[in-house]
Amino acid sequence: MVDRDRQTATVQARHVTLGLSDDDVLRMYHTLALARALDERMWVLQRAGLVPFVISGQGHEGAQVGVMWATDRARDWLVPFYRSLAACLAKGMSARDLMLGLFARAEDPSSGGRQMPAHWAHPRLKILSTSSPVGTQYLHAVGIAYAAKLRKTGEVCVTSVGEGGTSQGDWHEAMNFAGIHKLPVVFMVENNRYAISVPQRLQMAVDDVAVRAAGYGFPGVVVDGSDVLACYEAGREAVRRARAGEGPTLIEAKVERLTAHSSEDRQEKYRPTADVEAARSRDPLVVFKHYLEQVGLLDERRYTEIHAQIRAEVDDATAYAERAPWPDPATVTRHVYYEG
Amino acid sequence: MPELRLLDAIRQAMYEEMKRDERVVVLGEDVGPKGGVFGATDGFWAEFGEARVLDTPLAESTIVGAAIGMAANGLIPIAEIQFSDFIFPATNQIVSEAARMRYRSNGAFGCPIVIRAPYGGGVEVHGGLYHSQSIEAFFAHVPGLKVVAPSVPYDAKGLLKAAIRDPDPVLYLEHKRLYRAVRGEVPEDDYVVPIGPAVVRRPGTTLSLFAYGQMLHEALAVAAEMAGEGIDVEVVDLQTLRPLDVETILASVRKTNKALIVYEDNRFLGFGAEVAAIIAEEAFDALDGPVMRVAGLDVPAVPYADPLAAAFMPSRAKIADAVRRLATY
Repeated sequence: MVDRDRQTATVQARHVTLGLSDDDVLRMYHTLALARALDERMWVLQRAGLVPFVISGQGHEGAQVGVMWATDRARDWLVPFYRSLAACLAKGMSARDLMLGLFARAEDPSSGGRQMPAHWAHPRLKILSTSSPVGTQYLHAVGIAYAAKLRKTGEVCVTSVGEGGTSQGDWHEAMNFAGIHKLPVVFMVENNRYAISVPQRLQMAVDDVAVRAAGYGFPGVVVDGSDVLACYEAGREAVRRARAGEGPTLIEAKVERLTAHSSEDRQEKYRPTADVEAARSRDPLVVFKHYLEQVGLLDERRYTEIHAQIRAEVDDATAYAERAPWPDPATVTRHVYYEG
Repeated sequence: MPELRLLDAIRQAMYEEMKRDERVVVLGEDVGPKGGVFGATDGFWAEFGEARVLDTPLAESTIVGAAIGMAANGLIPIAEIQFSDFIFPATNQIVSEAARMRYRSNGAFGCPIVIRAPYGGGVEVHGGLYHSQSIEAFFAHVPGLKVVAPSVPYDAKGLLKAAIRDPDPVLYLEHKRLYRAVRGEVPEDDYVVPIGPAVVRRPGTTLSLFAYGQMLHEALAVAAEMAGEGIDVEVVDLQTLRPLDVETILASVRKTNKALIVYEDNRFLGFGAEVAAIIAEEAFDALDGPVMRVAGLDVPAVPYADPLAAAFMPSRAKIADAVRRLATY
């Protein structure tokens, strides 16, 4: 049994005060840890030559799970970007779904093996397909939100991008449009301070992307992306505002990029070792684990149980996806246009 | 049957579709109380309200990008680009996003949007470099996108209704010169002209002349003139540029054995290049002469001054000259 006597009133109050149950935070931890384990396995598979390419969400999981937990995951929309692995898991995609995408198998629910890995989509789960040029999806999110408002569906749309994507015109255009119409959209920026190799100081002349929201007529908030509960709190307020017709919110989560940009990148060429080490010390998974230990929800036994379960899930997904059939070459010309 | 201008036929198609299906929305710069710079949405704002007739910020990528999201969430957006020349800021949203949505999601997500864009030049249009361009070749190149360029009011209405009901993104190009210059009978009832088929506007035996938009009318005028010289020109209105009606093109060439393509875009890699290549590849045995093209000059776009604009355009004289040369080849 977890030793509840060691809980302090202050730390215990945090998730309870936010209205989250013990079960909620444990499931959130599970999602974070599963995302991490899948991501790590993907790198192993790439290094072993079993898949050609990996792009990673390591370090971003806390922000994604925190904000997604604040949404109605069945009703609301997610327009992701290529680091949104944990958000897609939180939204309902399975480990198998994600591995099928990595292996580009026919059964891959995102694109049937047509897109590079990490271009997630799932119509039933309301996850919209995205492309590789960054920032373009912000406009799709505002269109979805506009339709939700016009059709009075009560849906909220969450979309996310890295801080590099905020340099794009589409990003600004989307913020402008959403502000004008007070759309039910939650804009996330997962600021890990690097757009591949280009540091934040060469992307923008401000410290916080969030300040830009004021220029579009809605609030921008900065949160510690390593603090899952802080992200949940920011997400909860943003979703509340959106649902109440008060309009968009920009949440800038300061996150860590724990890996190179992708499996094709060597970050030691441009990133000081100390920076990478500092990032590791702020790993959201470690921070959240520590919190759960402090409040007495996670002890060694439960930790081992959770991680054994995750290990089994990742093993199953890997084996399943690796064995799954490739797309049939005869299908290469399918789905250019509607086929009935 | 009432006789309408091309512009009125377009307006009527949108109006009827908005009445028929509340999912249809119109968005673009100036489409609201002003009713569009050409009047295509005149009266819509008052009738359907500002939520369905949406004046957007002056940002083309927004217009198309937001339309994509609206379509993903159950609306049928008609996005107006005020002049086709301004479409390029939205190119990424059209090419990389709208046109690929279905393919990249393995058929799971479609993108039922219509992008309307007035295009084309000539002396009467007075549009200069940035209000006269023909943009069809850029976009007809893109699988996943349909490109329509009607030339007469009846088909303009029917094709626009087809485009609105089409589950794929359609770029609907409206030649500005034709808005008020061309009239024709347009039924008041609901009808659809399918996207795809070309139309033989004038049967003939000497040679086949392929055209669309404003050039269709120039081609018909030249064909009438040539009849007096004993040259019997078949005029085919391509009307849908993608998917292209290859069958009708080849059938015409196999009948006349000669092909001339007329288009007002730049000649080099313009739409006629693809038509010529298809004919050369598929109907080589039927040809009794070179596949010829009359097109806009290879300068950036239509210049403003009248004499320069006239020099740019594929005039009736230039077309007639090509017809005579090909007929006597």
